[in-house]
Amino acid sequence: MKSRKPSIPYLIWMVIFTLIPLVTIVYYAFTDKSGHFSFEPFKNAFFYSDIFARSLWIAFVSCLICILLAYPMAYIISRCKEKTQSMLIMLITIPMWMNFLLRIYAWVILLQNNGPIDTALSLLGINVDLMNSEGAVILGMVYEFLPFMILPIYTVMSKIDNRLIEAAQDLGSNGFHIFRKVVLPLSIPGIISGVTMVFVPSASTFLVAQYLGGTDNIMIGDIIDKIFWTDQNTGSAISLMLMAAILVFLIVMNLFGDEEAIS
Amino acid sequence: MKKITGIIIALSMCACFTWAFAGCSKSYDGEINVYNWGENISTGEDGSMDVIAEFEKECNIKVNYTNYETNEEMYNILKNSNSNYDVIIPSDYMISKLIDEDMLAEINFDNVPNFSNIMERFKNPEFDKENKYSVPYTWGVVAMVYNKEMVNEKPTGWDALWNEKYSGEILMFNNSRDAMAIAMQMCSINPSVVTKEDIDKATEKLMEQKPLLKKYVMDQVFTEMEGDQSALAPYYAGDIAMMMENNENLDYVLPEEGSNLFIDSMCIPKNSKNKEGAEKFINFMLEAETAKANADYIGYATPNQAAYDLMDEDTKNNELIYPPKEYTDKCYTFYNLPDDVYSYMQEQFVKAQS
Repeated sequence: MKSRKPSIPYLIWMVIFTLIPLVTIVYYAFTDKSGHFSFEPFKNAFFYSDIFARSLWIAFVSCLICILLAYPMAYIISRCKEKTQSMLIMLITIPMWMNFLLRIYAWVILLQNNGPIDTALSLLGINVDLMNSEGAVILGMVYEFLPFMILPIYTVMSKIDNRLIEAAQDLGSNGFHIFRKVVLPLSIPGIISGVTMVFVPSASTFLVAQYLGGTDNIMIGDIIDKIFWTDQNTGSAISLMLMAAILVFLIVMNLFGDEEAIS
Repeated sequence: MKKITGIIIALSMCACFTWAFAGCSKSYDGEINVYNWGENISTGEDGSMDVIAEFEKECNIKVNYTNYETNEEMYNILKNSNSNYDVIIPSDYMISKLIDEDMLAEINFDNVPNFSNIMERFKNPEFDKENKYSVPYTWGVVAMVYNKEMVNEKPTGWDALWNEKYSGEILMFNNSRDAMAIAMQMCSINPSVVTKEDIDKATEKLMEQKPLLKKYVMDQVFTEMEGDQSALAPYYAGDIAMMMENNENLDYVLPEEGSNLFIDSMCIPKNSKNKEGAEKFINFMLEAETAKANADYIGYATPNQAAYDLMDEDTKNNELIYPPKEYTDKCYTFYNLPDDVYSYMQEQFVKAQS
């Protein structure tokens, strides 16, 4: 058996920064303010179930749009010449060098009334309120998390052996069949890690809705933020429920993904 | 191997940058951590005085300056994290809460001789009756700002915020105490000290208002109002003056039913590691020139007589910043609420928003 010593620092790290916080959250979620065991926090948390469902929905839609945008893009990039590839990937990551709030703020300026987009649309005779809507929130999320979808899919795709595709062509597959039978199954792991990296943070994100949404678009992350000021118990209960929901989502997705990859 | 070398070089470059930015200067005699509201100190922009740099130069003490957006955020950090702060600038009710919870250190006023600059009426305030823990920094009232292009008749009182005519263009405080106070005034309740029943009534009033609102905001109010995006909003008078400077379409109203008079004061938390440094800082902030620079920059009223005397006539006569005594007599100041009432207020406010 190999020595386990090198893993000790990581174990300590995990215990301090993963296990202990998790246990603390669970403890708070199941106690009332005086520290006694209670289901009160969960009862309070249910008041926010609408917002909870809406947040998961917004995260789901954002994630879906991210896949639809990222997949073809990753495919196209992975088929480019190597030099072009690295340049394109750099272009995708450059926005991430800037502060996240700054980028959301830029969207506020872009979308606001008499802002550039609104002006352009009204010249075409379209008058809509772009800001303070669910659409604006989803747009902000997609913009924010798109690179996290493109990168893992691209990484997986660029590793696909070109000979496999050539073999499929030799055996008489047309373009669609090659995609369906070779490229897609081999890129599933990339999609799965992409979804994990997009869905999880977007379900729990806050501030995006505060900046781009209206009074009806508040998200569960904002609620947790606010409720924690005075009521750590309910805040913990909501966080725990959110974690459970995300866990279920990931398990289902992984099951589905494994089957797909095998077949 | 080449790649690994590359990574190491890149990382050490980052480290060098950090080091260069952090330690590019001389050694100081000590440091203090100042925790203040956002945009609440003169920064040296547009030829104003860079208060922190001046202080560092004069007293040779390094200032680590950080911001908070709400009293509650500040309280949570102070209470629940191990971070150390030497000077904080909370509002009235928060100060009485901090005093009650024994979280503030008594200030040694021998080290703060400039305290004599403070106007008599701001000494020994209700929240710190013997004036042991706090030194007033700014004061002001909550007023209402509106866009003359979008609101055709000048509003008179808070009921404008419930007026369906401006539906979708109204902003509201994203801060339980301020939002609830306005709702309570609408229900003829005095918001200074309140009970849970009062909070229930105010919550209902807020829920009634929510469909008319565009957003709950704090600092975002600036871009919203200055960019002609929203019609009206309640906010702190000093900030309204700032918005009006940046957008000619804006005007203000002192609501006829009276409003909240708030005082933000400098305090030293009990766990301060450099209390003398903190006192030096407070004393420096009280100097007439510094206090004037700060008041000019922040736009809030100064309780500092020496600084007030240096102001130009326009500012002294600006009723938004220095409301007449008849108006301030109609105003109320917040007191600390018992913990359970306060959390109830906070929770009801979150519920009203969701």
